[in-house]
Amino acid sequence: MRWRETCGVAAAIALGAFASEARAQSPYGIGRPATAAEIAGWNIDVGRDGSNLPKGGGSVSHGREVYAQQCASCHGEKGEGGLGDRLAGGQGTIGTAKPIRTVGSYWPYAPTLFDYIRRAMPQNAPQSLSDEEVYAVSAYILNLNGLVGADATLDAKSLAAVKMTNRDSFVGDARPDVKK
Amino acid sequence: MSSTIDAEGKSRRATRRRFLQGGTAVAGGAVLGAGASAAADTDNLPPSIPEWMKAPGEPMGGQPYGTPSPFEKGVVKNISKTLKQYVSASGRTPLQELDGIITPNGLFYERHHGGVPTIDPAQHRLMLHGLVERPLIFTMDDLRRFPSESRIHFLECSGNPGYIKPYGKTASDLVGLVSCAEWTGVSLKLVLQEAGLKPDAKWVVAEGADAAALTRSIPIEKCLEDALLVYSQNGERLRPQQGYPLRLFLPGFEGNMSVKWLRRLHVTAEPTYSREETSKYTDLLPDGTAREFSFYMEAKSIITRPSGGQRLSAPGFHEITGIAWSGHGKIKRVEVSVDDGKSWQDARLQEPVLTRAFTRFRLPWQWDGKPAVIQSRAVDETGYVQPTLAELLAVRGENYFYHNNAIWPWRIAADGEVTNALA
Repeated sequence: MRWRETCGVAAAIALGAFASEARAQSPYGIGRPATAAEIAGWNIDVGRDGSNLPKGGGSVSHGREVYAQQCASCHGEKGEGGLGDRLAGGQGTIGTAKPIRTVGSYWPYAPTLFDYIRRAMPQNAPQSLSDEEVYAVSAYILNLNGLVGADATLDAKSLAAVKMTNRDSFVGDARPDVKK
Repeated sequence: MSSTIDAEGKSRRATRRRFLQGGTAVAGGAVLGAGASAAADTDNLPPSIPEWMKAPGEPMGGQPYGTPSPFEKGVVKNISKTLKQYVSASGRTPLQELDGIITPNGLFYERHHGGVPTIDPAQHRLMLHGLVERPLIFTMDDLRRFPSESRIHFLECSGNPGYIKPYGKTASDLVGLVSCAEWTGVSLKLVLQEAGLKPDAKWVVAEGADAAALTRSIPIEKCLEDALLVYSQNGERLRPQQGYPLRLFLPGFEGNMSVKWLRRLHVTAEPTYSREETSKYTDLLPDGTAREFSFYMEAKSIITRPSGGQRLSAPGFHEITGIAWSGHGKIKRVEVSVDDGKSWQDARLQEPVLTRAFTRFRLPWQWDGKPAVIQSRAVDETGYVQPTLAELLAVRGENYFYHNNAIWPWRIAADGEVTNALA
């Protein structure tokens, strides 16, 4: 966030002036209005706080089945990795010489897991899983990392409440960092 | 008559084959070097008349879209043959084979996260929504109606290269995930203005229409400064590998943020904290903290000739040339050392020096035939000086992975062989 601070006040003033100016009218009259239904169909962005997560939920046990069918061939039976990234383990290694970056050890926000699986996984058929299946697989991967119990069922609220181990380890961009 | 033609035809094909072999050797990389295999064939050399002057050449129309000479067939993207998979992967520009500052479209580096989609532009839409007064949908025709703009900028992958061995052998192996082109499109500011930003609009989340639906959050300041929605590259429509029919372009920012196959811009108050900006594209420090939202590509340069994999044919005159670039603006100076860093001299910069673009540098050099280490370092208009790898490692450690802008020295052996001096 240091970058934003650096840009600072001048940019904020410029933006404020621009924003009020731009509110008036469409300068070129190009494009057509996007309807609420069109936006709802395309907007799959989930915030780190879980905003815009869909209704419904999924259980670890269901997730285990979906994972075995859809994910294990690339990510390994227990998330140990293969053709795809390793998903489980590695907690405690991030500050060592051999960090193992996984969902459990490195990812700061659990809702991002839902967001990413829904939009990009499985790699051969993205956006093919139902919301319930995405919740379930997310729950299973979190369970593989010891972050939720084997009997857990996650929905929008409980997924957002999962505390990721590496959550507070991200800092702003401190470059330039090599002093001459 | 026909037998004569046949005889000539055979002769021509045989010669062509020999030259194709020679051409491959050239492309394989030699500053001089073309000579070896061609030297045996003197039929086309003085005082003889070259055979390609004795018959008409290929007629017009054989190549509706032109391709390079067959003698240049070795000049291709540098794609590793040992990747685990090729759907989320990258291919490098053969920097050491190119001149000037513009990367040909066919050799522009590639990085995809879910393969290259085939998109019908008539069915492509850009949705602009979120903290705007008027959510809008644009067709490609709509976007081309806006006032257009063309600018020359480099684009560089954030991880170019990593920090740990093995280090690459050639300039392309090392830093081939960078290229430079003229981009044409519409200023993102104009398009945002069309929808009207609300006062709390601070970020724009861009999403691609690929199988990764790749998502990155862009600070609004950048969107209003110099961001473009690009539909053309080097005068022609974007290639599919570069985001056809539409990509975001953020000059000086790490490449993955210039989202390809752009289909959606979501104006928000906060970043979305997507997988690509949390679990990937964050810079891990030795103490276990990681830098996030590290956008800029800092000043960097590389000597492309002579460079790794090439060979100086003989002592005497050689031009040292390469490219420099900075995400923070214009290159102010490129210094070259030919004595292993003991002394440095200014290289000549090719004009015009453009902001956030490749700058070609050149330095005349007399090689005395003794082993030497040559290297370049860039200084940009902010005064920032390109660091050494050791300086970067001291601050960032080996697991930082991204944003490595180190100096890469080349070692020249007594026989003229050029290798990576750090490898």
